[in-house]
Amino acid sequence: MKADWLKIANKKFNSRLIVGTGKYKNMSECAKTVKLSGSEIVTVAVRRVNITDKNKPLLTDYLDPKKITYLPNTAGCFNSKDALRTLRLAREIGGWKLVKLEVLGDKKTLYPDMIETLKSTKILTKEGFNVMVYCTDDPLMAKKLEDAGASAIMPLAAPIGSGLGIQNKINIQIIRSQTKLPLIIDAGLGQASDAAIAMELGCDGVLVNTAIAMAKKPMQMALAFKNSVIAGRQSYLSGRIQKSFFGKATSPKKGII
Amino acid sequence: MKKIKKIKIKINGKLSTIQDNTTLFIYLKKLKVPLKKVAIELNQEIVNKNHLKKIKLKKNDKIEIVHFIGGG
Repeated sequence: MKADWLKIANKKFNSRLIVGTGKYKNMSECAKTVKLSGSEIVTVAVRRVNITDKNKPLLTDYLDPKKITYLPNTAGCFNSKDALRTLRLAREIGGWKLVKLEVLGDKKTLYPDMIETLKSTKILTKEGFNVMVYCTDDPLMAKKLEDAGASAIMPLAAPIGSGLGIQNKINIQIIRSQTKLPLIIDAGLGQASDAAIAMELGCDGVLVNTAIAMAKKPMQMALAFKNSVIAGRQSYLSGRIQKSFFGKATSPKKGII
Repeated sequence: MKKIKKIKIKINGKLSTIQDNTTLFIYLKKLKVPLKKVAIELNQEIVNKNHLKKIKLKKNDKIEIVHFIGGG
């Protein structure tokens, strides 16, 4: 089998599973889980340093940014201004150009505000960022993001943290058919099989946080997701059979006694 | 003896009293901020970390120091 890289903004990755680093019991559990997931990209948040307690462990002590790609994220930003500010700061920390843009529009559903998202994508691209964009599964918006210079389109499967799995397979397939950009399902997956479904629809990867971090056994779930992504990808590349309403015998008729 | 003037600034949303004319570099060094792992904003503008020694803090300055933490 020939090498099957995930290419994002001219960077090559072996693993098609991206994991978030939030919601873990502690840093040690987070680091062990990330390792088992086989992920080469992790999303991270930008937050204030704890000035008063300097003994608090740092994420960078557990996950070496030289060995794993940090994908700074704008989680928690509800407008373009805050998102831009966050990512400019992220770049300043250590030169990160590959970023995840997430501009939320509603506190209850955590649905992305696509108008602010599109606006931010245009600005960030002009500033030299490679922007992986969290978005709705609307094919028209996905096209606009592509035209604005996005490096990856990342539609939701379902609301963030909901665990509902892919709700609109048709839209994901329409987006797949119209874009050559990396298409990554971001948010809403609940169990490992959801990842396989995403990959079988032709997605280039999946981004998972809650489904792994909040599972009863996060490390085991990380492994399950890793295997599911690989299985789904191989299944997609293998070319599935046609569906049929009727049975088709598996054994030859010739020589029946 | 000339009395040392004190000023109030805000760091990560908290008030702090410091000596007037303190440079940002000295202040962050006192706080033991790991400079290589953070980004710094002064009054909503990103500070070039090479210029920390040149920047003198003024009354009501607002400093934000951020780093990466776990997130989705």
